[in-house]
Amino acid sequence: MAFLDRTARSLLLSELVSGMMLTLSYMFKPKATLNYPYEKGPISPRFKGEHALRRYPNGEERCIACKLCEAVCPAQAITIEAEPRDDGSRRTSRYDIDMTKCIYCGLCEEACPVDAIVEGPNFEFSTETREELMYNKDKLLSNGDRWEPELARRLELDAPYR
Amino acid sequence: MHAFLAPYIEPYLGAYLTTLIVIGIQALLVVVPVLIFMAYLTYAERKVLGAMQRRLGPNVVGPFGLFQPFADAIKMLTKETVIPAGASKFLFILAPMLTFSLAVIGWAVIPVNDGWGIANINVGVLYLFAVSSLGVYGVIIAGWASNSKYAFLGALRSAAQMVSYEVSMGFIIVTVLLCVGSLNLNDVVLAQKHIWFAIPLFPLMVIYFISVLAETNRSPFDIPEGESEIVAGFFVEYSSMSFALFFLGEYTNMILMSGLTTILFLGGWLAPFEGTAFGALFTWIPGPIWFIAKICFVLFFFLWTRATFPRYRYDQLMRLGWKVFLPFSLVYLVLVAGVLMVMGWLPHVV
Repeated sequence: MAFLDRTARSLLLSELVSGMMLTLSYMFKPKATLNYPYEKGPISPRFKGEHALRRYPNGEERCIACKLCEAVCPAQAITIEAEPRDDGSRRTSRYDIDMTKCIYCGLCEEACPVDAIVEGPNFEFSTETREELMYNKDKLLSNGDRWEPELARRLELDAPYR
Repeated sequence: MHAFLAPYIEPYLGAYLTTLIVIGIQALLVVVPVLIFMAYLTYAERKVLGAMQRRLGPNVVGPFGLFQPFADAIKMLTKETVIPAGASKFLFILAPMLTFSLAVIGWAVIPVNDGWGIANINVGVLYLFAVSSLGVYGVIIAGWASNSKYAFLGALRSAAQMVSYEVSMGFIIVTVLLCVGSLNLNDVVLAQKHIWFAIPLFPLMVIYFISVLAETNRSPFDIPEGESEIVAGFFVEYSSMSFALFFLGEYTNMILMSGLTTILFLGGWLAPFEGTAFGALFTWIPGPIWFIAKICFVLFFFLWTRATFPRYRYDQLMRLGWKVFLPFSLVYLVLVAGVLMVMGWLPHVV
């Protein structure tokens, strides 16, 4: 009987047909994918995207050139040079991040005592040349200016867990 | 066509040139729609596969992504043709052209409506069978001329595969021809006026369809190009337009084989229930549209199986061809011949 059963099933292609019915039913199910450039998935406040250097509300840059981020960076992507400014405060004269080296671990953000360097929500910063990914201080500060409202909101949301 | 055009151009060009021009126009009238059909088959494939995998498929180029095939064609044309250093140059370039032209010349005998085939020859079925068998040469030449081990393995696989499936396909076609009594494709369709062969010969149609999948190297029998084992099989070394020609050839072949399935089993250009009481419901739609609709129906099965089944292992494919399909179609052939003989249904076409 088992032999008959098996033969009948393979001759009538019942398993193949049931498989095809399954794929056919999937054809009419709602799509599981996002229509990416037009639709985007939600992003956590902790998302580690493109870096930015933040400023205080009065326009003064936050970074005090303590170089903790440079020290903690596991990929050694950060280069900082510092010297006293004319008014005597200690500031960076150079703050470079090599985005091709960065592994987006977020340790720089965690090490920063003044919340100056942060990783923002932006992940769409691909470029056509490698050179464009060597970020300097101007680029990082302009990122900070551009994303500041969003950056502040993210820090506030994440603050209870820090 | 000839009768329509001849009075206008024959006085100026003479009989010989007129015939030539008319044939040329007829060929264009078949080849251009086939190529457009083929372009949209690639689009349909991506859309159907996408839908079955719950994706969207191409939807950016033009409305609903409808211009995607043309974007792909432009991309292909602008790429660089790379000819490997160790390749046999002449054969390397010949192979894709052979594959593509063989896929196209098969269309010469396909009747899209009663008597609409370019060449209404009496051995239409044999011609198609010969052309589709020749297709394997393109693959073998490509694999050999590339001077690459993966291409060569792909070519060997393809040769063995096509040989094993052609035999049972041959028997199936012979069974159909027994019921028709003619090798002319036009007659094959007209013999289905009362009942499409898909109904009495349904098991054969299923086997025929599966053999066609193997013949056109489609999934689940796409071992000659098995991506996960031998990269891309016989066309690993091809790029740009020569690759595109293989691609065109494969898809044109799919359409050709669907056309043949339609003619052999699904009644070609005939409307469903033609000749019965319901007939009038369907016959107001012209024949060619029915023919194209049926081809699309068969092609959907090509895409559907691709979305459903994993690739066969090589020995399984051989076993299926030689130990299952061949005996089955042989027995069915004898059975059908016996039934026709005993019941006195043998066709008497002189």
